[in-house]
Amino acid sequence: MLAADLRRVRAIVWKDLTSERRSKAGFNSVAFLGVLILLLFGFALGPDTEALRNAAAGALCLAILFAGVLAFNRSYQLELDGAALEPLLLYPAPRWTIFAGKFVANLLFVLLLEVIVVPVAIVLFQVKAGTGWIPAIGVLLLGSGGFVALGTFYASMASRSRAREVLLPLLLFPMLVPVLLASSEASSSLLAGNPMQDAGAWVKLLTAFDVIFLVASFLAFDHVIEV
Amino acid sequence: MLTASLQPTVKLDRLSRRFGTRWALRAVTLEVEPGEVVGVIGHNGSGKSTLLRVISTALRPSVGEGWVYGHHLVRDAVDVRRHIGFLAHSPGLYEDLTATENLMFAARMLGISEGGIAGTLDRVGLAHARDERVRGFSAGMQRRLALARLILGSPRLLLLDEPYNNFDPQGIELVNEVIEDARRAGGSAFVVLHDQRQGDRVLDRVIELSRGALLGSNAEAQPLTLATT
Repeated sequence: MLAADLRRVRAIVWKDLTSERRSKAGFNSVAFLGVLILLLFGFALGPDTEALRNAAAGALCLAILFAGVLAFNRSYQLELDGAALEPLLLYPAPRWTIFAGKFVANLLFVLLLEVIVVPVAIVLFQVKAGTGWIPAIGVLLLGSGGFVALGTFYASMASRSRAREVLLPLLLFPMLVPVLLASSEASSSLLAGNPMQDAGAWVKLLTAFDVIFLVASFLAFDHVIEV
Repeated sequence: MLTASLQPTVKLDRLSRRFGTRWALRAVTLEVEPGEVVGVIGHNGSGKSTLLRVISTALRPSVGEGWVYGHHLVRDAVDVRRHIGFLAHSPGLYEDLTATENLMFAARMLGISEGGIAGTLDRVGLAHARDERVRGFSAGMQRRLALARLILGSPRLLLLDEPYNNFDPQGIELVNEVIEDARRAGGSAFVVLHDQRQGDRVLDRVIELSRGALLGSNAEAQPLTLATT
């Protein structure tokens, strides 16, 4: 039974990514927005190299946050465009498979986005990561997990509303504060060589919120997705 | 679950559905036997589509209960979905996928082999467009593909919401064949129609809804409460 459900999860991931690859417009606009946000932060902070380096992790998190919200909205727009949500819900599968499929597809989408915006941030903000860049990437992945879990969940709620583009950030951003704060602080600390030895505590906090958001989203999804 | 010997295809007991303050279905009580094809008629807003969507488990009833092949509509929703095939107003297809890919996705979600896809597309007259994206399909072609998705899973209970819309005469014949095939296999069907004459050839009986209530029942006059589910 579980194997059959996992095949359904894979089918949803394949369907979402194939549709996205074909349309292209979605990823291009999301990636462009991410880079644009980094550029704007760069201009706002000015030529002060130290200020740029200190702000790098926070600016990167915010760029991923804003661009990611567009991606989450798109993932349900795909279902709404062709009125395909109802047929999707009527397959003989537990609802968690739909959430899991959307979660994995969105996570891959956000990771691909990060492949583009992270190098741009490193160059633009003149980051000298030293040996801290490998754990910083780990923090980025952890942060992405919690962000995507919550984003996928709230996008499913907002998808039923006509004001979903506005509603999703309103629902999502306040809940994301712990993930954003922990990701940003842990990354900054690691990129600076962890001088205060506080990165570990932030990573633990981030991991805890990842687990909470993922489990809560899985459990609650069934109750928010009824057509 | 109901016991197998007493098991009708569909059994509805005072099934009601409310949207806000408006009752779209009022205490619908109904049984459908295996092999029976039931036409559902009524004016716009009479609750025909809501009835199908509640039976399909897309909507939960506000009051009352229902079973499909003995499976409770709310408690055993996944089991109910194993038996149903729902053709809605909108085709519900993915426009950036090809016809074959749409059916591949459906087969994977249904947990069935993808081997029957080519034959199914051939049956609905879309073999020539199997590798074309749905975005370029006409309304009739999209409807045919939605019908192909429905028959791919060989459902025992067909829920067809105005199935003849957007079909040419060959398409209408195709819909009737699908219904006849389901009946021959012991399945049943609900066919929502505006014009009863469209389904004359396949219907065993016709029920009429008015303001959410079955005509002939006195449900319309009865007050509804949310006391029971």
